[in-house]
Amino acid sequence: MNPVTTVSGTAYPWGAKNIDTDVIIPAHWLKTITRAGLGRGAFETVRAQPDNIFDDPRYAGAPILIAGDNFGCGSSREHAAWALADMGIQAVIAPSFSDIFSGNAFKNGIVPVVLPQDAVDRLVEVAKDQPITVDLETMTVTTPFQDRFAFELDPFRRECLMKGLDEVGLTLARDEAIGSFEGQMAEGRPWIAGRQRLDAPTAGTA
Amino acid sequence: MAQRPQTLYEKIWAAHVVERRPDGTCLIYIDRHLVHEVTSPQAFEGLRAAGRKVRRPELTLAVPDHNLPTTPRKDANGNLLPIADPESAQQLDALRRNTAEFGVDYIDATAAAQGIVHVVGPEQGFTLPGTTLVCGDSHTSAHGALGALAFGIGTSEVEHVLATQTLLLSPSKTMEVRVDGVLGHGVSAKDVVLAIIGKIGAAGGTGHVIEFTGSVIRNLSIEGRLTIANMSIEGGARAGLIAPDETTFAYLKGRPMVPKGADWDKAVAWWRTLPTDPGAVYDKVVTLDAADIAPNLTWGTSPEDVVPITGVVPDPDSFADPSKREAARKSLDYMGLTPGTAMQDVPIQHVFIGSCTNSRIEDLRAAAAVARDRKVADGVRALVVPGSGLVKRQAEEEGLDRIFVQAGFEWREPGCSMCLAMNPDKVPAGERCASTSNRNFVGRQGPGARTHLLSPAMAAAAAVTGRLFDVRELKSHDFDR
Ligand code: SF4
Repeated sequence: MNPVTTVSGTAYPWGAKNIDTDVIIPAHWLKTITRAGLGRGAFETVRAQPDNIFDDPRYAGAPILIAGDNFGCGSSREHAAWALADMGIQAVIAPSFSDIFSGNAFKNGIVPVVLPQDAVDRLVEVAKDQPITVDLETMTVTTPFQDRFAFELDPFRRECLMKGLDEVGLTLARDEAIGSFEGQMAEGRPWIAGRQRLDAPTAGTA
Repeated sequence: MAQRPQTLYEKIWAAHVVERRPDGTCLIYIDRHLVHEVTSPQAFEGLRAAGRKVRRPELTLAVPDHNLPTTPRKDANGNLLPIADPESAQQLDALRRNTAEFGVDYIDATAAAQGIVHVVGPEQGFTLPGTTLVCGDSHTSAHGALGALAFGIGTSEVEHVLATQTLLLSPSKTMEVRVDGVLGHGVSAKDVVLAIIGKIGAAGGTGHVIEFTGSVIRNLSIEGRLTIANMSIEGGARAGLIAPDETTFAYLKGRPMVPKGADWDKAVAWWRTLPTDPGAVYDKVVTLDAADIAPNLTWGTSPEDVVPITGVVPDPDSFADPSKREAARKSLDYMGLTPGTAMQDVPIQHVFIGSCTNSRIEDLRAAAAVARDRKVADGVRALVVPGSGLVKRQAEEEGLDRIFVQAGFEWREPGCSMCLAMNPDKVPAGERCASTSNRNFVGRQGPGARTHLLSPAMAAAAAVTGRLFDVRELKSHDFDR
């Protein structure tokens, strides 16, 4: 994953609430076995409407999306984050995110920036014709005017973003701790690892 | 020194901490991992690319469900018939190959045990109280019905669990949703959970793990509890929990993958220590009275858009919040509904009885009780899709399939079916479906499809009347006993 320190440029001034993952990427796009190319299906139902924000040439290729409350609710599909990343989005600003989407965003180099509703309203106004900047170093969102909105990020997640770290690799380095937990588990809860295995894929275990 | 009283959630969390980081996030051990074809190919691909193995294959179980057509899938020799859609076939094939390559247990589409991942887990006894359980699917919350801390994860996390058997997580806040009293005639677990989501809202549980408590929940069967916990995510919660009790142990005992012999006794003894201690404090508490819960359904495109069947389509102007007003207007436009219309005057063209919310044996019994000796209304297509091959078999042993078929319902093979538009079962644009599934989002059942979420009995009532209908007004073999 590429390190992210600042995201700067035009932003889709959308502000829509409760945008679920079916809107971000409809289910029929999920039949893929790779992560690439999902940008084509992003916001398909929104883009079917005339004068939608995603086909407005003023915002073409914007790296930032401004949305309303509860962005990314619904299914756990990481395809939603892959689709946003594929269309070039590196930061989403909203008053709140679904827990699962927020985790998926981090893992794909997209910064989920939580700001209060009034800050989001102001940014929607500004972004109509001005660029904005999300800075991970100072943890602020700024505009060409005097606006400066501070946000918070989980320190570990922030570090992973800024250094482009691979979480699986980091956890594998904790092998010893995991192994010792498994040792205790074998004592205390032996039924966890000791479950019955399937003898064949077609076993009709009743 | 007496220990501080703890909630069920806190106890399960504490039992799974591998390491606590200075910032409070924890490396949490994952006891059970369910895998299906849609959210796993990229995870296995990631392992392969990095030359990594599956750490503990015995803790993972894979089964296809989302993409499978629900038409007969075996030929006369019991072999899998080809899947017409090449992309679905490719994903299904990838699951078969990946699980074989990495040594993960896999239930094939031709097996009697195959079914929707969230039906299969409890049914096989793979899901156990006090475990941490994950799956690349948001309705994993269902497994909380057995007292497992169960939640949906993204594909990168699927890869993380396969490789490390852990996840890095921050503790959630806790929320108690207490439902006390006695449910009225014709009111089921689905109506209870719709009432809960209607009350707390689709984002009401964000950041929280909900524990469902109270006499109504205690008196529910495991099937009913699964329906409730399944939809925790529709209220925004990370997971939903129900404390394990005698009902849970009786349900699990003897299932293929549960502990055996002395391990069973040891497990039950531990499970009995898990329920929330008296005096433990939740971050938030919400209460509902069973007497206020009617057969419910949704009118809009969010699961929080709940109204009793005796109600009317709401007027967007009646909402105080301006953004909710705007959303309601859009919803009604999409749903093709006019404010003030009685819900019971709304005609439907499709009925879907199935999904991980309502496809277990009790659900099918409730629908069959309404369908018996009746006919599906003209112009209505009604599907009954059992949640697994074992549910299907049991229903057939009880004769439920014949009741449905005689009434004009289609009796299908197990899978996700019309719950989401990923397999051939779809609702055409502009048409209306009474559905026992869990999501009424725009386009969920097909582009332009209009969904009303409701209980199995209410769905059957809609099928035989051709409109949204109060099941309490139909005499039913079950109700009249
Ligand atoms: S039945 Fe529906 S909600 Fe359940 S796992 Fe399948 S697609 Fe998801």
